[in-house]
Amino acid sequence: MHQIQNMEQNNDGGMSQVRHVVLVLSGKGGVGKSTITTELALALRHAGNKVGILDIDLCGPSIPRMLNVGRTDVHQCDSGWVPVYTDAEKSLALMSIGFLLEDPDEAVVWRGPKKTALIGQFVSDVAWGELDVLLIDTPPGTSDEHLAVLDNLKKHRLDGAVLVTTPQAVSTGDVRREITFCKKTGVRILGIIENMSGFVCPHCSECSNIFSKGGGEELAKLTGSIFLGSVPLDPLLSTSLEEGKDFMQSFPDSATFSAISSIAQTLLSSIQTS
Amino acid sequence: MCFIPSDCPGTASEQAGKTSSCDGCPNQKACASGATKAPDPAIAEIGAKMATVKHIILVLSGKGGVGKSTFSAHLAHALASDNTKEVALLDVDICGPSIPRIMGLEGEQVHQSGSGWSPVYVDDNLAVMSIGFLLSSPDDAVIWRGPKKNGMIKQFLRDVDWGELDYLIVDTPPGTSDEHLSIVQYLSSTHIDGAVIITTPQEVSLQDVRKEIRFCQKVKLPIIGVVENMSGFVCPSCKNTSQIFPPTSGGAEKMCLDLDLPLLGKVPLDPRIARSCDEGKSFLNEVPDSPAAKVYLNIVQSIKDYCSNRVTEDQSST
Repeated sequence: MHQIQNMEQNNDGGMSQVRHVVLVLSGKGGVGKSTITTELALALRHAGNKVGILDIDLCGPSIPRMLNVGRTDVHQCDSGWVPVYTDAEKSLALMSIGFLLEDPDEAVVWRGPKKTALIGQFVSDVAWGELDVLLIDTPPGTSDEHLAVLDNLKKHRLDGAVLVTTPQAVSTGDVRREITFCKKTGVRILGIIENMSGFVCPHCSECSNIFSKGGGEELAKLTGSIFLGSVPLDPLLSTSLEEGKDFMQSFPDSATFSAISSIAQTLLSSIQTS
Repeated sequence: MCFIPSDCPGTASEQAGKTSSCDGCPNQKACASGATKAPDPAIAEIGAKMATVKHIILVLSGKGGVGKSTFSAHLAHALASDNTKEVALLDVDICGPSIPRIMGLEGEQVHQSGSGWSPVYVDDNLAVMSIGFLLSSPDDAVIWRGPKKNGMIKQFLRDVDWGELDYLIVDTPPGTSDEHLSIVQYLSSTHIDGAVIITTPQEVSLQDVRKEIRFCQKVKLPIIGVVENMSGFVCPSCKNTSQIFPPTSGGAEKMCLDLDLPLLGKVPLDPRIARSCDEGKSFLNEVPDSPAAKVYLNIVQSIKDYCSNRVTEDQSST
């Protein structure tokens, strides 16, 4: 892995001009946290916001590929590490361990303390500059990474968390535990998003509930949380992510686009009014 | 100020805590004191406990949500369908224990006896252990850092009264971290037959799975093969196939070719699988004529063959 060394830095640090910070949590793996983080970021950017994504999934960093940012070096400046921008206009800033690995197949086989140390640096030492929203993509679970990011955000700010689930009970079962985690650690729950919410066959338009139905809304009701909306299973979305393309730009007429835009809008209103 | 250590010398090495890479690492003091070098006595104890277990199979991925627990549960059901075999399923996903629900054992509790913790039995010959059985409410969150999770895994291996087993299947959480290192470490004085790696067809999954494969190679864990899950969806109405999770980089097939690993099978998406898991039933029993069920059974056969070939090889080499 690249050796990164810290230089003398201004303690006002990277987060001082970040207006809003939102965690994207689940508890359950594979429900679409990285997908939702990416699409919300793109939606918010299209709505004119300056957005950042911090990817703290150290074992399985998905964000670089989803935004088509390949092998790249992370540089230093006076205020810390420079995030990786997806475009020349610097409208979307990223940081992920994916950028620090020389070999993309290299396994990051770290125990908790080492993960905690890097996440501390990711939160405090990245020179995000001026951002309207910083989204933090997390790995599944309620462990070292989650505790580390919360510990380090204490000095800065955290508006709250969105929780992603799929409809089935096996998912909502884990997300309930993540809700408890939020309550225990004082993280405001901004709402629940149900992903993979039905599949409309492109051949005959029949809707199949591949991962069951209704779990997201039920969970919201059960736990007194806001239900932000559902996002359907969409092979066009999967393909866009695979290719690192901007789905929100390519498919503005799709049901998936409407769902994500509406969720992004609700989220933005919620964090701006708090 | 801390560096990211570029190469940890390893907590058990002579250089532990002493190299320049160690400066700033939170473990430096512990390593330098030598505390981490002494072998954990539990490893020998677990080795003795596992002497009555014929085959140990890990189910790994690297990527979350690809169907590890679903696969582990159904592998257990399929192996236990032979009444002459004793099978156990150990769930070491401490934060997100799905196995109790998938096996229809939600709400069950674990009992202590003179010979240790009793696992929960689905059938006479199928036992299950999970942290899920130790939690009193479905809302309870296990907010533990690495060391505490490792301690739980140690207890599961050492203190559960597994008895004589033909197969012990270990379901793991996604990633390559504490749980995975601990399982391999605690089982180091016994044999692990191998790991089954689960993926879905897309590159977003495969990129994590390749890391898991590297992990297996690093810790010298044999790989039985790869299962590609969620491999296409046949619409129940018009029977056309859609690739919901498109294999843009060639899917598991290409990855297995590149890495010279067996592809054990490709399991299609079937909404009845999710339903069975939610209801705690085996879809192999519920929907035996599903194309997914047939692929599963072929995969199980390959795993059984691998295990018995391994025994034959061991016997012929002694």
